[in-house]
This record gives sequence, C-alpha cells and structure tokens, in this order.
Amino acid sequence: MSGSAGAKSGMSRWFLRGPWEAGAMTLIGGGIVMLVQPWSIDLYSYSFATILAGTVGYVIVSHFPE
Amino acid sequence: MTTISQPDNAVIAGMSESARSRAPRRVRGLSDRAIAWLFVAPTIALLLAINIFPLIWMIRLSFTSLNLSMSYLPLRFVGLDNFTDILGDEDVWFRLQTTAQFVIWSVTLQVIIGFGLALLINRQFRGHSFWTTIILLPMMLSPAVVGNFWTLLLQPQIGPFNYLISLFTGVPPSSFSMTGQVSLAPWTIVLVDTWMWAPYVMLICLAGLRSIPDYIYEAAEVDRASAWRQFWSITLPMTVPFLMLAVLFRAIENFKMFDMVNLLTSGGPGSTTELVSITLKRAAFEKWRTGYSSALAIILFVTVFGAANIYVKALNKVKQR
Repeated sequence: MSGSAGAKSGMSRWFLRGPWEAGAMTLIGGGIVMLVQPWSIDLYSYSFATILAGTVGYVIVSHFPE
Repeated sequence: MTTISQPDNAVIAGMSESARSRAPRRVRGLSDRAIAWLFVAPTIALLLAINIFPLIWMIRLSFTSLNLSMSYLPLRFVGLDNFTDILGDEDVWFRLQTTAQFVIWSVTLQVIIGFGLALLINRQFRGHSFWTTIILLPMMLSPAVVGNFWTLLLQPQIGPFNYLISLFTGVPPSSFSMTGQVSLAPWTIVLVDTWMWAPYVMLICLAGLRSIPDYIYEAAEVDRASAWRQFWSITLPMTVPFLMLAVLFRAIENFKMFDMVNLLTSGGPGSTTELVSITLKRAAFEKWRTGYSSALAIILFVTVFGAANIYVKALNKVKQR
C-alpha cells in the first residue's frame, strides 16, 4: 500500500506542470527563433517540427497537476 | 387523527417543493439544459462553419497538390511535400527574416514610445484627458484607413511628410520616396505601425503604472531615493510584466501583419517589405498554389498558436499579481 503510494507520489513528482510547461515554452520560443534566424537554413528546416512539438507538448503538459 | 394528518402534510409539502423546484426548470416542456443548448447552438454552428471547417479543409488541402488555376486536374495527395518545399525554400526563409526584422524594430519602438507616453500621461496635468484622447486616436482607426492616408502623406510630389523632412534637412521633397526606395520602405512600414500602435502599448503601461501603490513611492521618499533611483527600483520592475504582455501581444499581431503593409507598399519595392503574410497571399491568389499556400498558412498558424500559449501564460501571471 505504502509502496504504491510512494510510486504514485514519485510519478506525480515527475509530472509536475511547472517544469514541463517551461520546457514546452522554451521549445516554442527556440522554434520561433530557428524559423526567423538568418544564419542556417538547416535550423530553418527543423523549426516547424520544433514549434509543433513545443505546442503539442504544451497542450498536453498544461493538463498535468500543479 | 393527528398522527395521520402529519405524514399527509409532509407529503403535500414534499410534493409542492418538488413541483416548485421543477417549475422554473421547464419552460414549455424544455429542460434547462435544452434551453441552454438552444441558445448556444447558433454560435457553435457559426463557429464550426466559419472557423473549424475551413481550418480542417485547409489542413486537408495542405497535403495535396491543388492549384486553383488548374482545378480541372484531379486532386493528388502529396503527403508532406508542400511542407518540405516551404521549409527548404530560401525565398520564404528571407520573407520570414523580413517579418522578424519588422516585428523587432516596430515592437521595440512601440515599447519605448508607449512607455514614455505612459510616464507622461500618468502625471496629472491640465488637459490630461484631452491629450490622452488625442494620443489614442491612431489606434482607433482601421488599418485600411491608416494605410490609405499615410500613402497620401508620404506621396513624394504632394505629400506633406516629404516637405516636413525637406524643411529640416534641406533635401528637395520630390527627390526621395518613402515607400518607393529600397533603403526607406522598411523603415516606413515600421514608422506607420509604430504611429498606430504605440498608444496601445501606452494604455497597457498606464495600467501597470496605476497598479503601483503610492505607499511604495512614499517609503522611497522617506529614504531620500532620487527620482532616477525610484524609476529603476520601483517603476520599471513593477511595470515589466505589463511590458512583457504588450511585447508578446504586439509581436504576435505584427507577425500576422498584412492589411496596412499591403496598402502602403504591397511588399515592394521588389520584395523589400514583403512580409510572410504577403508571400502567403501571393502564393494563394496570384500563383494559385492552393496546396502550397495552405501548408504555409498552417506553419504560420502553429507558430502564432505556440506564441499565443506563451502570451496566455504571461497574462495569467499578470492577473495573479
């Protein structure tokens, strides 16, 4: 019983909204910078995938507990 | 007798209570839930028809090779080809850089001017309301109106703007064109956008300045803090969340900017002021590359949606203050 409670608290410690949201927002911001930066076309090519991953990630992690 | 009449009264009371509670719930045989749906349904139907359906249709088209100038050809599914084309196209990349430069310069100027105006308007002086109204006027105009009258103002032969510049610099008014010269056109769209939207930033900053309690300044006065010190230690840090909000909102809006720039320069001269929204319009309605332009629209939509998430998060932080 206490083991499952411990596992549960361990899981909820991993899936806290704050750090994941920050990570998703960093991904979105980084993707936007990659999209408009003037230095590398390779970065530009991967920008949309990065923004999409960040946005989808944000929608998911915003449902995590506080 | 009394033992029999008591339960009867309770039953009657119970019945009347349930009847009473049911009465407002039913209007001509409809439940509360049904009435709520009846009111909301037209809005939902309109939303689905105007927003959701075109979005889903556009997503579908972005995976096809549809070209409306050759719409007689059968619709061919091309997978992610349109996306890989766009994300390897240097022209679109350059247009995105132009858009970023426009966003950076216009938002920076709007924040500096807007914050400065907010600091001035925050002081109570004679004619304060009148000047606030005058400053807010450009923001209330339609971008189409702004684009048209600035086109007239910037006209090299008869426009007053060139005469004003010539008054200060001595350069003949008809010797330069603000919208027709490669070196000046990008600054012109920045200038007009700043003129129009700095008042909006001012309003947001004003809300931030008014939210600072007076007792903080009174405590600073007691500590003999100079006006400069008060600005750097109280005013600016406490207005930063509001400034961030203004920056995010204006950046998102300017990233999507189309109408005013289209009226002022149409993306010219050449493609100097061609923002990505103008590229999108050209691909969709001049080259008729519907599949390609749908894919570009989705890229822009996801970008704006992602940025809007950050904006909403910032907004909630400001609300919690």
